[in-house]
Amino acid sequence: MRTDSGPGGEPGIEVHGLRKRFGTTTALDNVDLVVETGQVLALLGPNGAGKTTLVRILATLLSADAGTARVAGFDVVGQAGRVRAAIGLTGQFAAIDDLLSGRENLEMVGELSHLPHREALRRARELLEQFELVDAGDRQTRTYSGGMRRRLDLAACLIARPPVVVLDEPTTGLDPASRFGLWQVIDNLAGAGTTVLLTTQYLEEADRLARRIAVIDRGRIVAEGSPDELKRQLGGEVVELAADDDRTLDAAATALEPLSAGQLHVDRQSRRATIPAPDGPSTLMAALCRLDAAGVRVDDIGLRRPSLDDVFLHLTRRDSALAEPAGGTR
Amino acid sequence: MTAATSIEPVPVAAPPGRWPAFNDVRVITRRNIKRILRTPQLVVSASLQPVLFVVMFRYIFGGVIHPAGMSYADYLLPGIFVESMLFGATTAVALATDLRSGIVDRFRSLPIARSAVLIGRTLADATRNVIAVAVLVAAGTLVGFRFNNGAIAALGALALVMAIGFVFCWVSATIGLTVKDPETAQITGLLATIPLIFASSAFVPPGSMPGWLQAFANNQPVSVVVNAVRALTQGGPVFHWFWLSAAWCAGILLVFVPLAVRRYRQV
Repeated sequence: MRTDSGPGGEPGIEVHGLRKRFGTTTALDNVDLVVETGQVLALLGPNGAGKTTLVRILATLLSADAGTARVAGFDVVGQAGRVRAAIGLTGQFAAIDDLLSGRENLEMVGELSHLPHREALRRARELLEQFELVDAGDRQTRTYSGGMRRRLDLAACLIARPPVVVLDEPTTGLDPASRFGLWQVIDNLAGAGTTVLLTTQYLEEADRLARRIAVIDRGRIVAEGSPDELKRQLGGEVVELAADDDRTLDAAATALEPLSAGQLHVDRQSRRATIPAPDGPSTLMAALCRLDAAGVRVDDIGLRRPSLDDVFLHLTRRDSALAEPAGGTR
Repeated sequence: MTAATSIEPVPVAAPPGRWPAFNDVRVITRRNIKRILRTPQLVVSASLQPVLFVVMFRYIFGGVIHPAGMSYADYLLPGIFVESMLFGATTAVALATDLRSGIVDRFRSLPIARSAVLIGRTLADATRNVIAVAVLVAAGTLVGFRFNNGAIAALGALALVMAIGFVFCWVSATIGLTVKDPETAQITGLLATIPLIFASSAFVPPGSMPGWLQAFANNQPVSVVVNAVRALTQGGPVFHWFWLSAAWCAGILLVFVPLAVRRYRQV
């Protein structure tokens, strides 16, 4: 029996001082990251934060300018062949052959992973069942829906049972049912002891799937910890209000600004504003008084625990002045 | 994390056999041949284009071109054979399409020889050329072309045509990996092949060209290979042209195989 995991006790993924520039753009700026064997880590960040660059370096598709990266104990530069045997990669776009059937795609990847021929056929059959693609298995994949393509892509990267799996925005663009299906697959991988690095723009997804989250912004890891640890960084509860229209939202924001200690967050898309509530109900009371005095009638107001959205917006400094309609969240 | 090691999935991949690269090339060639067979419209149009050339040149220009010592049909077909190999080298488009679809990223993240993807591609494309050559032999026979130098020389001629087809797939591969976009790859491929095909001995004897062009037309690889195929099918200094052709094929491979592999590593 042969195992492709590294010498005992090494993390599934270990990255130190990784740097990468494209021309004048710094994609990765001194990134350190460790994913312990069997752990699921979500790398959370907006578009262009450097997530895909990191994934491509780990998968030996791209070389770094400086720093080291090890996958299953193997160096991505010096032992690239061993890394490729140990890692399963699913990119942002399904990397499957549109003219081959689902089964043929899986068998091809199995044989290129050097599974014995019969084992490749057996694994392909098994994965088609597991990913509910049996009925479509012998159709060319150009007839597949987006969700089916993503499922097949994920199945392909699992065919040789890699100890480390890297998923680059696996659910971007999927409908809720397909997303939920992929989440279950990732849960199963984690349950089987696979090391998983998952990149996502969706806080909900990171919260749901990962016990550890690293937040990346402009090529830097700006925070790392469990979802609870990250939420605690914001210091407890917030007062959140919802407004009916933009004018009310602006008026409410102006009224609450003095209470916010500079931590006012306004999300124009959902017409919501939050301020920290260090004194809990007393802060809420003060907020209500100010709104009343200013004659602002909001739709809804209450105390709540910070969500990962708050943490994310806080860490990536997407404050009200910079918030764009599509700024990094759903 | 020692507690987790007991449930850690154990890869079932066999240790690479004696010829893992051979397995990789076989799997990728088969994939590409399947793709070719599943786009029959591409095979048909790739085979019809040289047939169109046969008819046009034979009946439009054939009346005014009188090559020494042979009929124009016998002169023309060796040229068309080689022309069809160059125009038919769609490796650039196929590789650019693969790059765009992301499947190349899949291949590059698998533990396979990096050259296997390119060898599997060029082998599949060269295999497809068998169809074009067969169609051309039939079309040529209909317009009066004959193998006048015996069966063995005829087989040698067709083998040489297939060889230059394979060699030019590597040039095409380099183009595709450089421009990385299917449409640009198609046009760049044409731009590279048109001067080679027309400023050659493929369709007309270079004797009527201006001196500076003759110097190019008499010595460039397309002319050399066309002359070899002509000698093999019609008689003439076979060995002279055959060895020169072999040298050109080897030279082009020596330059473009490493170039294509290097491009592939960098994409």
